[in-house]
Amino acid sequence: MNPTSTPSTPAVSVLTGDRSFLLRLYEQLVLIREFEERVKFLFLEGTMPGTIHQCQGQEATAVGVCAALRADDYITSTFRGHGHALAKGLGVQEMLDELFGAVTGCCKGKGGSMHMGNMDKGMVPGIAIVGGGIPLAAGMALAFKMQRRPQVVACFFGDGAVAEGAFHEGVNMAAIWNLPVVFVCENNLYGASTRIDKVMKNPRVSDRAASYGFRGETVDGNDVLAVLGAARRAAAECREGQGPVLLELLTYRRTGHSRRDACHYQAKDEREAWFARDPIERYAAQLLTRSDVTLADLAAVKARVIQEIDAGVERAKRAPQPTVAELTTDVLA
Amino acid sequence: MKRQGIAEALRDAITEEMARDTRVFCIGEDIGVPGGWGGAFTVTLGLAEKFPGRIIDTPIAELGFTGIAVGAAMMGLRPIADVQYGDFLFLASDQLINNAAKLRYMSGGAIKVPMVMRAPVGATGRGSQHAQSMERYFTGVPGLKVVAVSTAFDAKGMLKAAVRDDNPVMIFEHKLLYGSKGARAEPGAVDATSEIPDEDYVVPLDRAAVRREGRHVTILGWLLMAHFARQAAEILAQEGIEAEVIDVRSLSPIDYETIGASLRKTGRVVIVEEGPKTGGVSAEIAAGIMENCADALMAPVVRVASADVPVPFTPVLENAYRPDVPRIVEAARQLVQH
Ligand SMILES: Cc1ncc(C[n+]2csc(CCOP(=O)(O)OP(=O)(O)O)c2C)c(N)n1
Ligand SMILES: [Mg+2]
Repeated sequence: MNPTSTPSTPAVSVLTGDRSFLLRLYEQLVLIREFEERVKFLFLEGTMPGTIHQCQGQEATAVGVCAALRADDYITSTFRGHGHALAKGLGVQEMLDELFGAVTGCCKGKGGSMHMGNMDKGMVPGIAIVGGGIPLAAGMALAFKMQRRPQVVACFFGDGAVAEGAFHEGVNMAAIWNLPVVFVCENNLYGASTRIDKVMKNPRVSDRAASYGFRGETVDGNDVLAVLGAARRAAAECREGQGPVLLELLTYRRTGHSRRDACHYQAKDEREAWFARDPIERYAAQLLTRSDVTLADLAAVKARVIQEIDAGVERAKRAPQPTVAELTTDVLA
Repeated sequence: MKRQGIAEALRDAITEEMARDTRVFCIGEDIGVPGGWGGAFTVTLGLAEKFPGRIIDTPIAELGFTGIAVGAAMMGLRPIADVQYGDFLFLASDQLINNAAKLRYMSGGAIKVPMVMRAPVGATGRGSQHAQSMERYFTGVPGLKVVAVSTAFDAKGMLKAAVRDDNPVMIFEHKLLYGSKGARAEPGAVDATSEIPDEDYVVPLDRAAVRREGRHVTILGWLLMAHFARQAAEILAQEGIEAEVIDVRSLSPIDYETIGASLRKTGRVVIVEEGPKTGGVSAEIAAGIMENCADALMAPVVRVASADVPVPFTPVLENAYRPDVPRIVEAARQLVQH
């Protein structure tokens, strides 16, 4: 599949945009990458419990979409939610604590990697059932509409979710009721080990929107400014009652589907082609075309991020675990 | 004879059944992808090359491929479907419960649905949605047979029996018992290997198995809990308490003959279940014991099960959630003193 985007003018130009805003996007991209790399190390080392689904290579989708949202907008996510969480403003510490099963984690240690979330920050705990977040997001948007609240939901899901009945049912109802949902399909070409061309006769996911009567768009998901621009347009349409919108963000998972997966099902030339389109390197190159951004600036961002993660890991390892009494709390309201 | 784990034994069972009967095929997600894993727990690894066109990879569409398995079974094929995690059976359950289980009855006996649905269950550090003990949701569905395999010997023999059965059969497997290797190995796995005979064999789908004989108390369990029950029995033996351990294994129908025979010896029973206590299979077994062999009881039925909560992620809480050997030992000890 051709990874280039349909032409779309980025809402923010890298040359004329606000320097600190642009650097903030860079920091988020790097934060997600470094966070994931550290988590992978901790998991493989055996100090971190559970299982992991990571998003190295897909950072720009989370950052671009969440940068287009307001603090009181919501996102729904999946088993692969660390990047979404960081982009939506969850803290490194509450996430690391959660991954270490600590009671100080964002879900008190009850959720774990696949259910990362924090309602105060506008993120529903990750829904680890493929497609399960889609009707849920539509329902949240229905509440916004009925209560005349000016909020939107960005609903993240993968290419794999498009095959589930939940996609059809949720998207259709969002369409007929013009609900304020930005459906964000992170099309990374694979659902687990299965390549999309094996499970879709029409692999252009955004085409599906038209069949439900609303607007869909395919975007280069490894270009953070292109994603931001598309997400801003989509969110604005949703706020004006013109929703929903389906964004198909073309991207690629650089890491295993989960745990120790070695990705033997990904072709070597395909991997190389996508590694050459790395969202962070590309954005760094764009930023460096500005006269007021230097390599040293970017290095400083990375150093700051790594320092934050280092400190977070040390604290998370010593964070208090829940007591057994916590087992039976939080079941009913 | 060869020593095998459950994943290998299931793989051999599928291989042999597919070689024996061309109507048999597998359907599910990521089961035959080149360079993939052979399903979530390696059970179908290498089979796609052996049986071209008969290991069918599907989109992520549990309701859809389950319905497809039901339809294909009605038309004379013998599908072996699987979900990657038992939790996804909630998506498939309309086709299983409303169609597979009822078509024979609704058609006045005209239709047969000879299909198998395999599903891994159990709490394994993955949080609430990849952990549930799903067997409880299907044991009360007339028209389905439900089994749970805890040894490689049973896994092979029961899968073969299920493939040859003319009814929909659900096979529950436990993630900690597969003995999957390499990247798909499970931390905290328990040894469920068996000596597997070279000859073809089946294990009936309606018989419990006595795993250890004893005269003071009967401990019933299945899947991981059958292993924990045996470990508990070893500890109890050191205290002079001889526990009889029964792997219930067939959850629908339940073999009250074997259970009753044991209760007539011991007069006492502890039922161990991974999964919330309320509405569990252990409740059904307790009621069945009252109906079938209450006369043998010298003390009330005792259950050791999980708390009535979703499965928590953090290991401290997950360990508190899942019944463990000390809790089983304690329950049996108290019951014997009753
Ligand atoms: C209903 C359901 N079926 C299967 C799975 C197992 N599973 C987890 S992730 C995954 C692949 C999802 O692919 P995609 O939607 O493209 O997301 P990605 O992993 O690429 O981010 C599968 C099959 C699941 N979690 N839920
Ligand atoms: Mg995908």
